[in-house]
Amino acid sequence: MLIDPYIQQILISIGIGVILAQGLNIITGLTGQLSLGHAAFMSIGAFSGALLTIRTGLPLPLALLAGGVVPALAALAVGWPILRLSGDYLAICTLGFAEIVKVVFLNLELTNRAFGLTVPQPETTIPLPLLVLLAALGVTLFAQSVRSSRFGRALMAIRDDEIAAAAAGIDVASHKLQAFAVSAFLAGVGGCLYAHVLGYINPSDFGFLKSVDMLAMVVLGGLGSVPGALLGATILGAAPELLRFMATYRMLVYGAMLVALMVFRPNGLLGGINLVEFVMRRSGRPPRRTGGSP
Amino acid sequence: MSLLSLEQVTIRFGGLTAVAGVSLAVAEGEIVALIGPNGAGKSTLFNLVTGIYRPTSGTIRFDGAEIAGSPPHRLARAGIARTFQNIRLFPGQNLLQNTLTGAHTRGSWGLAGAILPFLPAVRREEGLLLEQAMHSLGVVGLATKAFEPAASLSYGEQRRLEIARALALSPRLLLLDEPAAGMNPQEKQSLGETVREIRAQGVTVLLVEHDMRFVMGISDRVVVLDHGVKIADGRPGEVRDNPAVIEAYLGHRGVGHA
Repeated sequence: MLIDPYIQQILISIGIGVILAQGLNIITGLTGQLSLGHAAFMSIGAFSGALLTIRTGLPLPLALLAGGVVPALAALAVGWPILRLSGDYLAICTLGFAEIVKVVFLNLELTNRAFGLTVPQPETTIPLPLLVLLAALGVTLFAQSVRSSRFGRALMAIRDDEIAAAAAGIDVASHKLQAFAVSAFLAGVGGCLYAHVLGYINPSDFGFLKSVDMLAMVVLGGLGSVPGALLGATILGAAPELLRFMATYRMLVYGAMLVALMVFRPNGLLGGINLVEFVMRRSGRPPRRTGGSP
Repeated sequence: MSLLSLEQVTIRFGGLTAVAGVSLAVAEGEIVALIGPNGAGKSTLFNLVTGIYRPTSGTIRFDGAEIAGSPPHRLARAGIARTFQNIRLFPGQNLLQNTLTGAHTRGSWGLAGAILPFLPAVRREEGLLLEQAMHSLGVVGLATKAFEPAASLSYGEQRRLEIARALALSPRLLLLDEPAAGMNPQEKQSLGETVREIRAQGVTVLLVEHDMRFVMGISDRVVVLDHGVKIADGRPGEVRDNPAVIEAYLGHRGVGHA
């Protein structure tokens, strides 16, 4: 490997962050349903993928697929009763769900209780850091495709006005549920990669703070913006390392940075910016009238 | 046979009877106006027909099938489109995106289409939806503003955009809730032409409107509600001269514009 192992670590952490952020952005940014417990889906993905690798020696791609499908099924089960209600019930329920998952994994024999699991290094044809970055790229392209698809338009309509969305023939409950499952799938894939790359997972790694980290990436980049989620995850993935020279003050500066960004760009770094239009204006094409989004 | 028919439809909210035993039929290709003083139950009736409310009693039929209690998205699929009294657009999105969302029922690719956007079938469908959306924007005269954000439109234009979004569904029945509200006389006139053009394309129109000149000029038939009860139903001229209507509605509000 040509790149310094330390840089590799940062790139891996950014890559996984991008996958998690793009996933969360689909339910919270595009569909407007706040999830405060996405770490639970990451955890379920990490443990189910890791267990498959340990017990059956499944090749990594299949373990990743399973690591996505299992949390997606969990999301369907959790979301089914909640997502028919409108309002912020999802936030509260996911918060509780994440705690339950953590406590269950901490006490389950299968997940080795509080000792956590040691995951053997998977054998892959391409180096792991590259694999993570390719996965992050793939997920980002998928998120962009969702945003410009009929499915994504339905999600955004639900976010903007559920009644108008229903009047346009959109099945609101079904679309919310699908978005939630897709979102959990991606969180699970991210968690599964995390397990295999780090080689060790513990249920406590996937606590409330992890969910907040994911949310911070999405909000920082701009809710609903795909390039925003990419940028938010990159900045928040790199910042703790770039600020490491400040030693003790590192987390303080990191926090202050977040506050400052929210003050100056409350919609997130790329919130409300249409990148295509932005680039066209910069390249000297006649500017199009753009009203501020309310 | 009538496209939409209500029989003895009643809805109560607690102690309030908002619509009381209303029977009403709308024939295919008709433009029917629903008028009445504020609080007469007009918007409630719209919400009953579009599935937002379920009637306490009575039946609602669309194209022969009982629809009372069906969820709104299913009625939209069946071909009932509507606009809202308090405009409900997707404000952050541009006109084309708003209208494309209105064309939702014209497509069928869901999540799979987002995973495989390059499939020829998916691309063909997107093309069809785009064509439908642009056509609808053209009908209301907003095609040139397709890429502007909905929030940048004037009030009257926002109402037109709502009509375009409803048209994109290719409805059989179009319900317009106070389409002329907030429009100036020129806008109202061109709105009237648009509504006639929509009907000429085979769409049945049921509208709620306060502007009497607009209503009398455009409708084949006028239905008057007062306190949730139907008090008149007939051609515009007949309704205008109906003593009960003058008493309940025009009498104490003055003839002309409301």
